[in-house]
Amino acid sequence: MFKVETKNLNLHYGTTHALKGVTMGIKENNVVAMIGPSGCGKSTYLRLFNRMNDLIDNVKIEGEVLFNGKDIYNGNIRVEEIRKKIGMVFQKPNPFPKSIFENVAYGLRVNGVNNKKFIEESVERSLKNAALWDEVKDDLKKSALSISGGQQQRLCIARALAVEPSVILMDEPSSALDPISNAKIEELIYELKKKYTIIIVTHNMQQAARVSDRTAFFYLGELIEYNDTKEIFTNPKNERTQNYITGRFG
Amino acid sequence: MSIENTEIETDKDLRFGLNRRKYVYARERFIHGILLMCALVSVFTTIGIIVVLMLQAIEFFKVVSIIDFLTDTQWTPLFADKHFGILPLLSGTLLTSVIALLVSVPIGLVIAIYLSEYAAVPVRKSVKPFLEILAGIPTIVYGYFALITVTPLLQTIFPTISGFNALSPGIVMGIMILPLVTSLSEDALRSVPKSLREGGYALGASKLQVSLSIVFPSAFSGIIASVILAFSRAIGETMIVAIAAGQSTVLNANPLNPVSTMTAYIVQVSQGDTPYGTLAYNTIFAVAITLFLFTFFLNIISFRIRKRFLAVGGD
Ligand SMILES: Nc1ncnc2c1ncn2[C@@H]1O[C@H](COP(=O)(O)OP(=O)(O)OP(=O)(O)O)[C@@H](O)[C@H]1O
Ligand SMILES: [Mg+2]
Repeated sequence: MFKVETKNLNLHYGTTHALKGVTMGIKENNVVAMIGPSGCGKSTYLRLFNRMNDLIDNVKIEGEVLFNGKDIYNGNIRVEEIRKKIGMVFQKPNPFPKSIFENVAYGLRVNGVNNKKFIEESVERSLKNAALWDEVKDDLKKSALSISGGQQQRLCIARALAVEPSVILMDEPSSALDPISNAKIEELIYELKKKYTIIIVTHNMQQAARVSDRTAFFYLGELIEYNDTKEIFTNPKNERTQNYITGRFG
Repeated sequence: MSIENTEIETDKDLRFGLNRRKYVYARERFIHGILLMCALVSVFTTIGIIVVLMLQAIEFFKVVSIIDFLTDTQWTPLFADKHFGILPLLSGTLLTSVIALLVSVPIGLVIAIYLSEYAAVPVRKSVKPFLEILAGIPTIVYGYFALITVTPLLQTIFPTISGFNALSPGIVMGIMILPLVTSLSEDALRSVPKSLREGGYALGASKLQVSLSIVFPSAFSGIIASVILAFSRAIGETMIVAIAAGQSTVLNANPLNPVSTMTAYIVQVSQGDTPYGTLAYNTIFAVAITLFLFTFFLNIISFRIRKRFLAVGGD
């Protein structure tokens, strides 16, 4: 069984047909990279899984999105529950204008956790898992806006980990960062994969090749090819995939 | 022959081009000069007002010590037993203004949050014009509304309330500054980047939680700036209090009693038969400069906060 999957999924933004009949499944504890030229629907696809597209007016979704085999667009499921279990890290670090501690604690607090000890332990564990603890452990009260961009992005990862999701969605998580911060995020993904299922959008072919088990190539809203990362990069079946990864377009 | 002809024409064209450029340049300078003059007129008017206020106020303070002015608890310049303590006017002003804030800030913030976070675009588009109508009503209408409608209504709730009191004009003033609070706060809320809201939703926060615990604190300094501006507007408001607040000469903190505000006092004296140049007449300049300093500093604080907010609040 797949951890998350979509079946014959179509999505329209008004008159734009952004996803065209996408059927794809992702296994537990896999890292799947999504690649493809700008505007091909990678972010749109990623945002299906935590129902972020719900926030946009005029979106029409057809088909199924399954999480542990259950349709998450079923009316009986609370969207907040899904977002707790499927976390997200955005392209640009977006820490809240609160302290480092409160940023990580936020997800717990809004989900009704009040136990001070539990929150403290969870903040520490999350910051450790996001490889940020050693750098900020003495400044937990400092504003999250005062640390570097790379640290902010790891803080956002810690923030997502704190609510204990099982799937993490990452939309170009290191594209706004310097090479060293980028390498740290990649190392982190490598660690996180032991416990989480990760879907990562990236424009960086080397990054896709380094961090992912499987790679999906999207083009104009269609899933063109989805295979083991090694296969995609050494022996692509589709000509458009080959053109894209060799840099001939997009 | 034809060659000569064309040469002459080119020469003409060139000269014409030069002239034209000169002409455009002169016109630009002329327009620039006019605009500069317009700007200077407003600067000089402000300076002029301040100078006149100062000169006349100095006349006043030659006779009345500034200590008396700030500490005496009675304000009776028009009576036989003259006292020149600003405190009764100050307390009247603060009382009506604080009541106005107590009305306008909570309601204004709720409307602002609703408009910025909840309302669908068509709703937002139709509510805004209504608020603008509210802002466009002449203050004299508000004044009589306070005196003729709100005060009698309040009399059914508080039987001891006087016909002139601080509460009624305070409430009505709150309604008057509601559009200001709402629209500035809404601007502040809407300028919070979408990415912060998405960050909250992605952690499983509800809309209310995102609005109150992420958007609101992020816009806080902008909201404070709007409240201060509204406060300054309430302090300077004249007509409503002149009509409905009454007159009082003693320090008073009970909103059910009549009060004098600084602005209402200035109206009272300048419309009465106090002869120009007398000490009693000069009191209005002393009051006016106090009023001016008050609103001036509030506006500066609001401006500072807003500038800081724009610097950090942007995307
Ligand atoms: N909020 C929106 N409203 C309308 N159309 C949208 C919206 N978001 C995306 N689209 C359209 O949907 C298509 C897919 O966009 P999407 O953002 O998913 O692409 P992407 O692959 O993530 O691109 P990039 O690599 O530039 O991030 C594009 O044609 C885009 O213009
Ligand atoms: Mg994208």
